Amino acid sequence: MLKTRIIPCLLLRGRGLYKTVKFKNPTYVGDPINAVKIFNEKEVDELILLDITATSERREPHFALIEDIASECFMPLSYGGGVGSMEHMRRLYRLGVEKVALNSAAYTDRRLVEEACATFGSSSVTASIDVRKTFLGKYEVWINAGKTNTKEDPLRYAHALSQAGVGEILINSIDRDGTMSGYDTVFLEQLSSTVNTSIIACGGAGTLAHIREAADKAHVPAMAAGSMFVFHGRHRAVLINYPTQQELDKLFS
Amino acid sequence: MIAIVDYDVGNVGSVQNMLRKIGAKAEITRDKDILRAADKLVLPGVGAFDEAVANLRRFGLWDLLDELVLKQRKPILGVCLGAQLMTKYSEEGTQPGFGWLDAHIQRFRAPTCATLRIPHMGWNSVTPTRSDIGIFQSVPEPMRFYFVHSYHMVADKPEIALGTTPYGAPFASVLGRDNIVAMQYHPEKSHKYGLKIYRNFAERFQSC
Repeated sequence: MLKTRIIPCLLLRGRGLYKTVKFKNPTYVGDPINAVKIFNEKEVDELILLDITATSERREPHFALIEDIASECFMPLSYGGGVGSMEHMRRLYRLGVEKVALNSAAYTDRRLVEEACATFGSSSVTASIDVRKTFLGKYEVWINAGKTNTKEDPLRYAHALSQAGVGEILINSIDRDGTMSGYDTVFLEQLSSTVNTSIIACGGAGTLAHIREAADKAHVPAMAAGSMFVFHGRHRAVLINYPTQQELDKLFS
Repeated sequence: MIAIVDYDVGNVGSVQNMLRKIGAKAEITRDKDILRAADKLVLPGVGAFDEAVANLRRFGLWDLLDELVLKQRKPILGVCLGAQLMTKYSEEGTQPGFGWLDAHIQRFRAPTCATLRIPHMGWNSVTPTRSDIGIFQSVPEPMRFYFVHSYHMVADKPEIALGTTPYGAPFASVLGRDNIVAMQYHPEKSHKYGLKIYRNFAERFQSC
């Protein structure tokens, strides 16, 4: 049987790994290559690596660093951040990245999404969508690492990107990021009933129970988490961790 | 030396990383002399069937691979789309495959009216059809591998099916005969399970 995928989502800022709260207050959590080695030993299902400053610094991905990380990664690796062209994507796939996530570029350049899906295959292209809830409870799509509000409706936007051919949608809740208070299952349920494309929920996971809740209530096939896999205990001490296969089997039995 | 066939389709880097990890000498190449000199071949691939066929022809690799695999009998491992290309044809495209394996490719169909999420993406089990298959030797149990595909292999000759995976109904996730082995999943992205597959392929595989 196909297992629910549980995916650590790591944030690159410069050459270090950081963890944010609501896309702000980045806390240093360690060296990316070291972290990937540990996640590798723990046999994580997949890894997502997002460079959260590439777009705002208007620079390319750190290809050499990504290559070093990919060479230690014996599980599927997704990369996002600063990807703006077919050439970027080609380079990333070649150095060992399985899936490339497009966020700001997917908003500004829909043709890139279509061309990438047609050339590299849908399953190699992920749409990364950052969503924030307004005071009135409406959801809006933000780009540029949560700095620019597009005012776009995320359900309509996700549907459009799904039509453009993306194989997965990584949906990140800005409000829940780093809070460890649980996924926004109400919104995720709406999303999973709107699009057929595979969804990776991100933002809010603090416990295994939150993951189970998202699977049960929102019918999401994959969950990503940051804080939960890099922090330990009430004082958020940095400790790379991941449940064992037995724990995961038990969680979904 | 193991040659990873480079025809501009897919994750050649991941395969090289895994081969490097097990200490095998590997080269990503489309150079005909290097391919001829290689002891073994890996045919990777991600993407669409017809485009892969077109690229292999465009780079002049189609007839060469046919010769290396059928006449010279070089051991070859096909992965994902690379595995699918080893069969006769695919519902996904109009171009014929290599036809080295008596099999074809069809789209996943839900067994009843139940919904089956497509692509089949994530970790799933593989059950060998026999206990004496060398490529599975000493792979930790229960075996699990990373899959991502919308089309799957169907063996037209049952004896070439070496492993099955349940998704809706069980499908043949590993095919092989003689010097040819085809895996639908990505052993290069499947932790210690895939590492052992590559080690078996690099160090002892000559024939199924």
